[in-house]
Amino acid sequence: MNHKSQAALSVFGKFRKRFGRTLRHGDRVWQVLTVGMGIGVLLLILAIGWTLWQDSADARSKFGLSFLLPTLDASWNPVLDSFQAWPFIYGTLITSATAILLALPISMGIGIFLAELCPPWLRLPLGWLLELLAAIPSVVFGLWGMFVFLPAIVEPLGSTLAHTVGSLPLLGAFFAGPIPANGASRLAASLILTIMIIPTISAVTRDVFLAIPRSQREAAFALGATEWETISQVLVPYGLSGILGAVILGLGRALGETMAVTMVIGNSIEGTLSLLRPGYTMSSIIANEFAEAVSPMHSQALIEIGFLLFIITLLLNFVARFLVWRVARRSPQQEVR
Amino acid sequence: MTLESPHGHIQARRGYSRRRLSNRAMLVLTGLATVLALVPLFWIIGYVVLQGGKYINWTFFTQLPRPPGVAGGGVLNAIEGTVLLVILASIFSIPPGVLAAFYAAYYPNTPLGIAVRFSTDVLSGVPSIIIGLFLYAVVVKTQGHFSALAGGIALAILMLPTIIRTTEEMLKLVPPALREASLALGAPEWKTSLSVVLPAAGNGLITGFLLGLARASGETAPLLFTALGNEYFEFFAQVRSGLASGRDPFTILAKILGQPVDSLPLTLWKYAQQPYPERTQQAWAAALVLMGLVLSTNIAARLWIVFRARRMKG
Repeated sequence: MNHKSQAALSVFGKFRKRFGRTLRHGDRVWQVLTVGMGIGVLLLILAIGWTLWQDSADARSKFGLSFLLPTLDASWNPVLDSFQAWPFIYGTLITSATAILLALPISMGIGIFLAELCPPWLRLPLGWLLELLAAIPSVVFGLWGMFVFLPAIVEPLGSTLAHTVGSLPLLGAFFAGPIPANGASRLAASLILTIMIIPTISAVTRDVFLAIPRSQREAAFALGATEWETISQVLVPYGLSGILGAVILGLGRALGETMAVTMVIGNSIEGTLSLLRPGYTMSSIIANEFAEAVSPMHSQALIEIGFLLFIITLLLNFVARFLVWRVARRSPQQEVR
Repeated sequence: MTLESPHGHIQARRGYSRRRLSNRAMLVLTGLATVLALVPLFWIIGYVVLQGGKYINWTFFTQLPRPPGVAGGGVLNAIEGTVLLVILASIFSIPPGVLAAFYAAYYPNTPLGIAVRFSTDVLSGVPSIIIGLFLYAVVVKTQGHFSALAGGIALAILMLPTIIRTTEEMLKLVPPALREASLALGAPEWKTSLSVVLPAAGNGLITGFLLGLARASGETAPLLFTALGNEYFEFFAQVRSGLASGRDPFTILAKILGQPVDSLPLTLWKYAQQPYPERTQQAWAAALVLMGLVLSTNIAARLWIVFRARRMKG
């Protein structure tokens, strides 16, 4: 062994002596990496919120609260740099609320059917089919919606609603016609959203029902309740907060859904309340205009809408996860006792 | 009750039969709800297959788009762009996701562990268009141009929650004895994690990656302001011309990643809104390819879980 390599060895030995314990054969590096990536996920969410907040500063200081307030003749004028977001907020609220109202009974039915009634061999394939429905890309929903669903279902349904419910005194405002000839309307967006959130809500509902202890069902049956009475009077109240969590998760998905809605909602800024008229949602205005925003203020206004959407979905997620987590935590312990 | 009944139990029985009837009715209704929800699934799949199948042909896969209103041409740019974006997304999401999942799986009750799992859940609920806005602000605006890189990172953020969650579940399924045995033999933790625990969880991890890929490859909204779309993108032509002019591979790669690219969902979205019948037809064909890609990835991932579970049991 020559002199040079001995020197190199001793340098390496010194290095090991010095840092070997701190690095613990590389474990310290591993720990830093895993902890760092964990913190990274957390920071990512903060960074998204902070960026959107920062990039909408001018719009926030210029328009203030009037940006968000309800109004029937909102202005959205990129040329004059005057922006109000109410039509989009309303569009998002009304389409999501309608979608939840329609999807909830159907999804509850599916959840109950999958968890309580269907033969076990059918449960897995049916669950898969529902997940496939959730996996179909949003644009494909939109394409099918534009060319198939609108003319076949939405347009006839819309004109019927306009002729019947549309003439009622109070409710009529929400069903004032006429629906556009191609069917593109808030109603169309609501129905597409209904189809898209059913898998989410029914999957969580099914899991909530499956998590309810057997003893609850046995006690109800022992008291002479029928299956349906057991479900509606014992299991539903027991899992109520979990079902509520499912609804909120579905709502979060409906609020954020972009492509399919943009393709069927008709994209128009009208000061009407009607479900049968074309509209805009918060996500669809961003999708349509952001890439071609004409002025800095225009893109700032769109980013502020994005920030609002982000905060709403964030809050909904907090609440939903908390509710589902509470049911999941409660059940097994009670089973043991 | 209009009939006067001398015997109480007859009334009771009537009540019972009504209860049984409503029981039957409601149970049938829940079954009907399930059928109702599956109608759109089969309607969409059936229609897209029929319609897209009519317009799909070899040039669709092998040629660049022709100008609007001119028949023929294909979506080679979109297919290559989708592949490129998905590869980028995997590179940016799989290593960080797996590392974060290791932390979440082994320290679930530390404050950071709870925070990781919670923020993963929250991240999966953030609308995809918001992620597009974020990447526009962070990457596109600082770089000064739309790019494949920005699109890839946007898709990576979308895949991240799926990857973290499935990896965490799979790591928890690995018997602790395996890990302990390796640690007891003196292997450092990183070596144990990478060469003992990770291979043991391997198949499950692939499932998670596939599910994440399926989700990312169907997304449009985050690409609108990041990858933007590019009807002239042709990967191999660019590589060839780059090599011909004597540039080194890294410069060529940097050039490709720094330009806008197209993807199948983006193309589908744009074509669907154009008034030319040729473009509408190609939109249906693109829908068929996209749906086939996403659904088959999804089904493959799920079958993998089932077979694996069966093998573990047997």
